[in-house]
Amino acid sequence: MEQTNFQLKKQKSQSNDWSARLHHATRATREDWMGKGISYLCIGVIILVVASMLWFITSKGVATFTQNHVSLTKFLFGTNWAPDQGHIGALPMIVGSFAVTFAAAIVATPFAVGTAIFMTEISPNKGRKLLQPVIELLVGIPSVVYGFIGLAVVVPFMRHVVGGSGFGIISATFVLFVMVLPTITSMTVDSLRAVPRHFKEASLALGATRWQTVSRVILRSATPGILTAVIFGMARAFGEALAVQMVIGNAAIMPKNLISPASTLTSQLTTGIGDTIDGTLPNNALWSLALILLLMSLFFNALVRVIAKRGQLKHER
Amino acid sequence: MLKQYSFEETAVQTFDEKTSLAMKTENLQVFYGANHAMHDADLAFPKNQITALIGASGSGKSTYLRSLNRMNDGIATVTGKIWYHNVDINEPTVNIYEIRRHIGMVFQRPNPFAKSIRENIVYALRANGLKNKAELEERVEKSLRGAALWDEVKDSLDKSALSLSGGQQQRLCIARSIAMEPDVLLLDEPCSALDPISTVKVEETLLELQKKYSIIIVTHNMQQAARVSSQCAFFHLGHVMEYTPTGTMFSNPQIPVTQDYIAGSFG
Ligand SMILES: Nc1ncnc2c1ncn2[C@@H]1O[C@H](COP(=O)(O)OP(=O)(O)O)[C@@H](O)[C@H]1O
Ligand SMILES: [Mg+2]
Repeated sequence: MEQTNFQLKKQKSQSNDWSARLHHATRATREDWMGKGISYLCIGVIILVVASMLWFITSKGVATFTQNHVSLTKFLFGTNWAPDQGHIGALPMIVGSFAVTFAAAIVATPFAVGTAIFMTEISPNKGRKLLQPVIELLVGIPSVVYGFIGLAVVVPFMRHVVGGSGFGIISATFVLFVMVLPTITSMTVDSLRAVPRHFKEASLALGATRWQTVSRVILRSATPGILTAVIFGMARAFGEALAVQMVIGNAAIMPKNLISPASTLTSQLTTGIGDTIDGTLPNNALWSLALILLLMSLFFNALVRVIAKRGQLKHER
Repeated sequence: MLKQYSFEETAVQTFDEKTSLAMKTENLQVFYGANHAMHDADLAFPKNQITALIGASGSGKSTYLRSLNRMNDGIATVTGKIWYHNVDINEPTVNIYEIRRHIGMVFQRPNPFAKSIRENIVYALRANGLKNKAELEERVEKSLRGAALWDEVKDSLDKSALSLSGGQQQRLCIARSIAMEPDVLLLDEPCSALDPISTVKVEETLLELQKKYSIIIVTHNMQQAARVSSQCAFFHLGHVMEYTPTGTMFSNPQIPVTQDYIAGSFG
């Protein structure tokens, strides 16, 4: 009798405590808060850094137009680049950048896709054991090494074969081609490997040849991934400064052909940035070039996103 | 503890000269490297009938089936003879693309391409050189009707095949195979990823299709084998143990291992 009473009492006291029990913090909940707090802090710092960088480049970059009153059209379409004398037509560099970027991508893409098909479909074993390490190695080589090889091998070769100084868009294209090839190849390999195996099986079972299967099923469903790879390669080529600067000749004039010295946005930036004084037109003009680079990289990013979205939609529709 | 059954005691039917056969294997062995996954399979498949291959998971049903249209090329070593129109199609000199055109295959998981419904069917026809637009359209309709899918998709042929339900996707895969107008249709557990209603639809489709095609279907669903097949082969650990008319297999299995399997008291 007494015992029952005791038990009842205990139960009662416990049930009264339920609300407090289920609300009070334990180590687990505190760890949750800590974790959340730390990650929000990190994100906050990163956002702050990125935002201030964007702000910095943008405000400096637009100073050319707001403080020095250069017209935007003159900047974008003018062909005379002599900031000391107040001429800042950036078209030669814009053309140079786009020329080397597109040329490198156009030359590299077929090689990259071919290599990737070899690695995934034709000889996966050799691909994995031989080519994969080579490509990973090539991705990791610093750009100055590529530039140096370009300077020591490609430029003299061009000088020998086509004459002139050997510096120019074609040398820069060649160096960039070698630089973006591993990037595009390894991303293409990833996207080919991501194609579901059962697509291939279905195609073969229908009597399609290996080539038909690769070209019409596998490449087709990997297309968004391949485009993304090419854009990443282009972004790398567009932003590459050092290696290009070493082989392109750095003449801020409209390129008349592929074998005369020219310059790109990046090469002009790295060549010029040390010689200018903060706040002057020549300095501001270089920031405007940097702003174009920034906008282009945002554009490449947006393009990758659009392609990813499109690819997804196609699968769901 | 798995019960041991003798692999010597088998009951495999043969057919007399009068039965016309779609295909036949003799002494078929399959090796995955050192793994001897299929032993001495001697099976003959009568024309315009449905033959079911049953057996526990891992008993070699898919391995056997995939050998029949050389889908094991590059994956496994297959020895023995596979007779099709009096040609041993296991010879290395045989054109595998031509074989797969005549011996179509539908897989366990519905695997339409990420293309439109129409493109899924046209793909294989184009790959085999058919270009005439009108004829392609005609084949699309004919094969979709054959797979009992036409009425459901005739207004949305340009929609992605991936927007179809699982059952519809599987019937699309069947349509894609029969668009090639094969002789033999191989199906590897075509209903295992489907709900019961879709399963019934696929089974009805198969019963209709056997008028034109010879069908070999792998299933681990014994009711399904009983419902659709005329004969039934029972596989056990890489051996064909019993091959008899379906009625016999289910009402009067000939050997202990089949008896136990049918009774559900296996191992
Ligand atoms: N691609 C493969 N590579 C190696 N071994 C395989 C492969 N496919 C099947 N096997 C082996 O062959 C045996 C039979 O498998 P399978 O034919 O898939 O059986 P079932 O279809 O009856 O379930 C199993 O032991 C399995 O491990
Ligand atoms: Mg199987």
